[in-house]
Amino acid sequence: MGVKRRPSTFVLKVNPILCDGFGHCAELAPELVNVDEWGYPIIRQEPTKINNAGAYESAKYAVRGCPRQALQIEKITDAQP
Amino acid sequence: MIAPSSLPRLIHQTTRRPLTLVEHEQAFSSSGEVVDALKELEASGLMGRGGAGFPTHRKVELLRSQRSRTKYVVVNAMEGEPASHKDRSLIAANPHLVLDGAEALAAMIGAKHIAVCVAREFSTTINHMERAIHERQRRSQRGPLIELHTPPGRYVAGEESALVHWLDDNQCLPQYRPNRPNVLRIGQGVVLLDNAETCANVGLIARYGAEWFRSLGTPLHPGSLLVSVTGAVSHPTVMEVAAGTPIRQILEAAQADRDPQALLLGGYSGEWISGRNIDLSFDNAALKTVNASVGAGIIFVLPKSGCGIGEIYNIVRWMANESARQCGPCAFGLPSMADDLGLLLAGSKDAGAALRRLNEQASQIDGRGACHHPDGVVRFVRSSLRVFEDDIRAHASGRPCAGARGPRFATVPRLERGDELVWE
Repeated sequence: MGVKRRPSTFVLKVNPILCDGFGHCAELAPELVNVDEWGYPIIRQEPTKINNAGAYESAKYAVRGCPRQALQIEKITDAQP
Repeated sequence: MIAPSSLPRLIHQTTRRPLTLVEHEQAFSSSGEVVDALKELEASGLMGRGGAGFPTHRKVELLRSQRSRTKYVVVNAMEGEPASHKDRSLIAANPHLVLDGAEALAAMIGAKHIAVCVAREFSTTINHMERAIHERQRRSQRGPLIELHTPPGRYVAGEESALVHWLDDNQCLPQYRPNRPNVLRIGQGVVLLDNAETCANVGLIARYGAEWFRSLGTPLHPGSLLVSVTGAVSHPTVMEVAAGTPIRQILEAAQADRDPQALLLGGYSGEWISGRNIDLSFDNAALKTVNASVGAGIIFVLPKSGCGIGEIYNIVRWMANESARQCGPCAFGLPSMADDLGLLLAGSKDAGAALRRLNEQASQIDGRGACHHPDGVVRFVRSSLRVFEDDIRAHASGRPCAGARGPRFATVPRLERGDELVWE
């Protein structure tokens, strides 16, 4: 009762229309983002644990460091058991 | 009233001009049995005819539950696919059936505006549609307001978010929609967008009911389909067939090559199937066994004398040019894939490396655009690598097939130079 469900995992998402391939995200969050041969990000599709503090921190850095503001973090709450 | 299991249903033409409103009402008199059109639509199991095959009633339910004051119904008759002629044939035969369906959909979701979109290149179709809308408005001013819109006829302009973007903002560029299910909007108003053939089917279901609709086709894929047959045929045709008709029968009726090398189903973003699979029936359940689908009802026939790689190269080159160039993976990836296919076609000494790169890039580009344009090209290239495996091996080892220098069968509009592209 009164338990607030917290999101347990997250994915980084990019708006491909805004993205211009600056490549900052790949430097700021190398564990989540790879770069293709044209410099556009390939982002890990499978959700990452939110308590993986290193990955979550660097995802936040990537979101703030994107010159086009094309990145966002989507938090995923587990379905009710 | 049309008898339940008789064809044609949609293209009912006795004259060479489209049916007028009076003729239309005589040909399609209501049976008066349908009470709740939405319930009938759900029971009919109608799937969208624009390519994706999404159940129409679910779309309608989603829009019906939206609490927005303004709602729109958009009829998509853009037909940017060069191999498809069905929407134009349908409107040339009976535009009122499409408008009937649009009005039925508008009544279901409570919309007061209908926008019919026809590409501005199709001037005859625009004329037919204009005339039909005019006839309706002269008959009565009640009912939803119908407008005709003519966006530029590019391939991605017919994509749903691009079309709505055009109506909203005069730019036919696809939009980024991260959340699904997504409701498209014009201003504050929500939009129900359906293909012209889907609308025509809704018009029939709203008249005659679900049971009548299901009397043709298979239980999983009910109804009739408009099929455009192009390629190695005496002349390109549009036919109406029941879903589940064997492909061989369709080819015979269209006077096409009965012993083709391969068939392209679903258009230029669809899948190839080998000519050996010609006895499969034309519905989604049967075609799933060969990783294909009906799509927008396109069959392109490649004869034995043709060169598959050459056709694929032409098509991918054109599709790459049709990209809106908004997303990097599509703007750079598709031309690069086309270049690699060119190397493969020429059988140059880099062909082996090109083939490897093609496979790599296909998995890299997949799913990384805002719309499904790059995904469609990737699906197309993957299916061609599967179906033309032997040809590709021959080309890669520097021995192009005999047809490589021969004529091409797939029609592709004239390529523009990249810097001439105009996006309105």
